[in-house]
Amino acid sequence: MANTNTSTTTMARSFLQVAATEEVASPLRVVQIEGLVILKIIKHCKEFSPALVTGQLLGLDVGSVLELTNCFPFPIREEDEENEGEGASYQLDMMKCLREVNVDNNTVGWYQSTLLGSFQTVELIETFMNYQENIRRCVCIIYDPSRSNQGVLALKALKLSDSFMELYRSNNFTGEKLREKNLSWVDIFEEIPIKVSNSALISAFMTELEADTPVTQCDYDRLQLSSNPFLERNMEFLIECMDDLSMEQQKFQFYYRSLSRQQSQQQAWLQKRRAENAARKAAGEEPLPEEDPANPIFKPVPEPSRLDSFLITNQMANYCNQINGVAGQNFSRLHLMKALHEN
Amino acid sequence: MAASEHTVLQFGTSSSTLTAKIHPLVIFNICDCYVRRPDQAERVIGTLLGSILPDGTVDIRNSYAVPHSESADQVALDIEYHHNMLVSHQKVNPKEVIVGWYSTGLGVTGGSALIHEFYSREVPNPIHLTVDTGFNNGEGTIKAYVSSNLSLGDRQLAAQFQEVPLDLRMVEAERVGFDILKTTMVDKLQNDLEGMEASMERLLALIDDVYKYVDNVVEGHVAPDNSIGRFISETVSSLPKLSPPAFDKLVNDSLQDNLLLLYLSSITRTQLSLAEKLNTAAQIL
Repeated sequence: MANTNTSTTTMARSFLQVAATEEVASPLRVVQIEGLVILKIIKHCKEFSPALVTGQLLGLDVGSVLELTNCFPFPIREEDEENEGEGASYQLDMMKCLREVNVDNNTVGWYQSTLLGSFQTVELIETFMNYQENIRRCVCIIYDPSRSNQGVLALKALKLSDSFMELYRSNNFTGEKLREKNLSWVDIFEEIPIKVSNSALISAFMTELEADTPVTQCDYDRLQLSSNPFLERNMEFLIECMDDLSMEQQKFQFYYRSLSRQQSQQQAWLQKRRAENAARKAAGEEPLPEEDPANPIFKPVPEPSRLDSFLITNQMANYCNQINGVAGQNFSRLHLMKALHEN
Repeated sequence: MAASEHTVLQFGTSSSTLTAKIHPLVIFNICDCYVRRPDQAERVIGTLLGSILPDGTVDIRNSYAVPHSESADQVALDIEYHHNMLVSHQKVNPKEVIVGWYSTGLGVTGGSALIHEFYSREVPNPIHLTVDTGFNNGEGTIKAYVSSNLSLGDRQLAAQFQEVPLDLRMVEAERVGFDILKTTMVDKLQNDLEGMEASMERLLALIDDVYKYVDNVVEGHVAPDNSIGRFISETVSSLPKLSPPAFDKLVNDSLQDNLLLLYLSSITRTQLSLAEKLNTAAQIL
């Protein structure tokens, strides 16, 4: 009897807990983008390529789906102090104007263009944290114009993982903390699946304007045989990243070396002090304390942050994935060409 | 000249050479604005932005809606809004200037002349684009007009709207793929290999079609068409003539290059994950 009683109370509590946690936040599952937003992003990013541009995403947050229904571009920032205020006023003006024509004026994140996927930087994380302060749920859409020339819609929706954000707020990237949280470089960014939606009106127009063509520009781009420049650039970036990573590693080695040196120094000092104390005891004097904060060898060596190396590692993994993808495409293309030639 | 002495009915200079090119984004934008129009409004109007290409084609690249109110005989346009929006847009892209205006609905209506006059003060010879969002005659008609003045002496009689050819080809949208823009919902974006597969399937289908056609012609089922034949022979001859060993070498070299890259990137990835594991292990010790 008592047994069943306790079990029911735990059940009740667990239901309550479940209800409470569900109310707090249902996880973001899907980002649903309107075709209009995709075209706007592409237009903006392409026109200014290879310069990198950003813009604001507007939309609605519906349960586990984040709908992106509109966006507007930011002007390219100049290195000016006064520009900060101007950019903010531009943003406000634009949102006011868009609200007047009934566009959802609810900021849900931002988009930015990238060059070969080299977007994983500290700046991105900082922007994320800024946005996150104001909006509970925000995403970053990354568009890569260089990859789009190969017939891929290189669109990605990213967000920072919660555990990473917590860690970033406390600004503590020591090895110990990371191990505690069990956070590795894979867990910094979370990619969210993208859905594309169009209004029925647009779908009607598109069907009207473009009859089903057997081949599209997209197919031409995909069947293009020369992807070597792309691969070469990717490799170059990868090599640069490796250099950076080895620099980071040297930093760590230096840190560990100085740490172990300090520890041995501390041990030597302690032994000396103990011997001294034993001598003093024998002589009937008060023993000296076994710690001396004033001594420079007790000052802790600052541990370098692991954030940079994490980001670089992420970047490298990204390049590797891209190379794999393109190489895979190349294989299919080459085999296709071979088959065609034999025919 | 005689024209200045007598009052003669004058037609404005017709710009028959003018053509317009429209980017799909503009149509998307107009449709979106139409869907989001206020309850009482029957149509939406707005400004078209773009540039004039060296060959005289008007390149319509962007647009924004302008709130307006319309009654039987008058139109009020929110001019302040129009200017604010223009300034904002030009901050981002100074190269895009006003090229005209758009309105939803079929053809030119009475109020259009007034709005057109307003835009003529902003830019010489603006384009008027109409997008039939109501599908009045069963199809989504998109038309572009320029206006020319019909004047008697110095007196303005009427404005005549003249249709100009409109280029609706959508290279930009093709790059994205119509598949995702045409349907109302796409669940997942294609990745590299899936896209490749789709393209190859389409290519295969095309080759099959050509085969069938050639077979049918050879067997006499279909009347031969010289121009199609020429296209086919052109396509076949566009394959570079290479001796089989040279071709094999070429293919194998590229294959090996790619394999090498694949190998390198895989080894890097393995190295990274190994380093990750070792790192945590070392820290635990």
